[in-house]
Amino acid sequence: MIPEIGQFALILALFVALVQGTVPLIGAAQRRAGWMALAGTAAQVQFLLVITAFACLMHAYVVSDFSVANVAQNSHTLKPLLYKISGVWGNHEGSMVLWVSILALFGLAVALFGGNLPPTLRARVLAIQGLIGAAFLAFILFTSNPFLRLDPAPLEGQGLNPILQDPGLAFHPPFLYLGYVGFSMAFSFAVAALIEGRVDAAWARWVRPWTLAAWCALTVGIALGSWWAYYELGWGGWWFWDPVENASFIPWLVGTALLHSAIVVEKRDALKSWTVLLAILAFSMSLLGTFLVRSGVLTSVHTFATDPARGVFILGLLVTVIGGSLTLYAVRAPALRGGGLFAPVSREGALVLNNLLLTTGAAVVLLGTLYPLILDAVGGGKVSVGAPFFNATFVPLMLPVLLACTVGAMLSWKRADLGGVLERLKFVFLAALLVTAATAWLAGIGEVFAAFGLGIAAWLVLGSALELGNRIALFRVPFAESLRRAAGLPRAAWGMAIAHGAVGILVAGVTASSAWRSEEIWLMRPGDAVTVADYSLRFEGVESVRGPNYAAERGTFTVTRGGERVTTLASEKRRYPAERSDTTEAGILSTVGGDLYAVLGDRAPDGAWSTRLYFNPLVGWIWAGAILMAVGGVVSLTDRRYRVGAPRRAAARAAEAAPDTAGA
Amino acid sequence: MTRKQRRLGVVVLGLAMLGVAAALVLTALEDSIVFFYSPTDLVTREVPQDRRLRIGGLVETGSVRRDADGVTVTFSVTDTANAVPVSYRGVLPDLFREGQGIVAEGRFEPGGPFRADEVLAKHDETYMPPEVADALRKAGMWKGPAER
Repeated sequence: MIPEIGQFALILALFVALVQGTVPLIGAAQRRAGWMALAGTAAQVQFLLVITAFACLMHAYVVSDFSVANVAQNSHTLKPLLYKISGVWGNHEGSMVLWVSILALFGLAVALFGGNLPPTLRARVLAIQGLIGAAFLAFILFTSNPFLRLDPAPLEGQGLNPILQDPGLAFHPPFLYLGYVGFSMAFSFAVAALIEGRVDAAWARWVRPWTLAAWCALTVGIALGSWWAYYELGWGGWWFWDPVENASFIPWLVGTALLHSAIVVEKRDALKSWTVLLAILAFSMSLLGTFLVRSGVLTSVHTFATDPARGVFILGLLVTVIGGSLTLYAVRAPALRGGGLFAPVSREGALVLNNLLLTTGAAVVLLGTLYPLILDAVGGGKVSVGAPFFNATFVPLMLPVLLACTVGAMLSWKRADLGGVLERLKFVFLAALLVTAATAWLAGIGEVFAAFGLGIAAWLVLGSALELGNRIALFRVPFAESLRRAAGLPRAAWGMAIAHGAVGILVAGVTASSAWRSEEIWLMRPGDAVTVADYSLRFEGVESVRGPNYAAERGTFTVTRGGERVTTLASEKRRYPAERSDTTEAGILSTVGGDLYAVLGDRAPDGAWSTRLYFNPLVGWIWAGAILMAVGGVVSLTDRRYRVGAPRRAAARAAEAAPDTAGA
Repeated sequence: MTRKQRRLGVVVLGLAMLGVAAALVLTALEDSIVFFYSPTDLVTREVPQDRRLRIGGLVETGSVRRDADGVTVTFSVTDTANAVPVSYRGVLPDLFREGQGIVAEGRFEPGGPFRADEVLAKHDETYMPPEVADALRKAGMWKGPAER
């Protein structure tokens, strides 16, 4: 009964989405207030229906209702509750329901909090959201119905791929989708603005928080995915330039560019059509990412078993959305009055540089990701494009971004004094140079790239600290006065400094863990001891243990440092009987300086075990940096100017002005 | 500077950036892409020396042996028509089994076996890497779901 309610709710949601996607658009074109007002109601109803369907599916998982095919294929009675719940989105059908649920949630947010938007813009934004929702609901209902019944129902489910039974991965998809779908807001605003024919500072002020929220969620989602890959896959790596990783990274890069260009629209009323284009691209790349993951066209560690009909449907959707919005852009963008007249050396000039490099970087990653597909399609053979390609192309493009970031953040708007800024940064520059020289001296001149990497990290962290210090006049006025200024500083300024400093932390982690990672494979017998970095690991042997839904062989290592016992690491080889699958759990000792990482391998005939032992210096800084970037974004989101004053005034103005511009 | 000159400046900067990116991409594609060979390709086509490549197929049943050092594993990868010996030093992925489809990346030792430094077996045990499925199909053996 309950699954049928879910199915019915999805069908109703499709109809509501179709109404939401059409009536308000016509209403906005013909100035019919009632038709436009329908958008908000429809968005709320759609949310209720979709969330009902989601709850029904979750119910089926929690009570292990194996008469539902999706549950039977992806769940098992012995699975812990957390993984029964995360199993809802650990498969194709369920993850699509999560997708539309989040989309509906964003629609609801506009309906509830968009009261200060000009009515035509609000109606159009919600209509575009409705159309996207309708497309995805149709996709679910026609190609990936999660509520299909099985008759007779099996007694037991097939279980969830054990590699997905992990707390990090339980929350990875929801965050990723919050990001992907969040960019649909920027997209809807961009398309609505193209239809309206106007983009102004107020528009940017509405778009920015949505983009920022989506960007934060995407950052957290990518970080969780990378962290999961690091500790779960047992390879000791944290980023593989896997096509599916790239599929989430490309929208992140474009979204980062969008975030920065929206600032220019807001502050300087320039870069309008570029920002609109970026908003379209960010969501298009999110859709492309969904397509790449869902269609199975790429070889990847993530690929689910696939169905060609789905690939064709998503490809069609992709062509419609990207083609349609870019056509609309080509026709309407020239009508957007450009306000852009600015000096190359200025904050906005630096932001343009940031945008050019980030989008070029995104294009390079996209090319590397799609190249095997393109080459195969033209019969050029099967190839794979891996880390060496991206290291040789993407990294050099990001270096100028990182170098310019510190300078750009200190330039003033309109016309900046580059010499003055560089003068203020001279100690930061010297400190960064010192870090570079010290690293090169300690690690040997062969590690020159790593030395530069750490230098850049110092440049970013210290530059952000200096920027904050300057703004609160630290050490130039009494400390209490500095504190008062710090409290009064706009949250957006705090957010920027935190996020930029966080990039520095991330760069340090990436550099150190890539350059000085040690990896050794040993054949060990119980009692053997080896040295890794400055730790000594003694292999204590292997015992059999049982978990809730698996049996495992657990190898333990006693870790000592300088003769003192530090901890015991355990690495397990788990066998999940329900899923007929194996996983490896690494034993990890995380410290600020780096991670000691032990993996139990195979048993050799004579009773010894192969083991793989790593030391990954500063690897934790990568995720700390990523999370701190998201924190910076959230701090910036709490800036009060997003909530008071300007948008409302501008809304009133826009509403007055709307009738005569709409026809243009 | 006039408005036009400034706009031109941005456009030139953008084009320069694309040029640099294109140059980087082209040199990197030359050096760092890895071609896929099936065991039959290795027999019938000329194989470039000193280049990383990927080979894929099924792990031949009964071919997995562990060397005396305990950490080096040798096995044969087959597409049922031809087989190629592979040697790998390290811990094999969890889903590595005889009869399972795998992809190995590495290079040929002069006169020796294929020395892999990476062995990929997919997460899902029913999942067949597309390259492997393709190679098997060419050898006339695979009638799996990819043909639906």
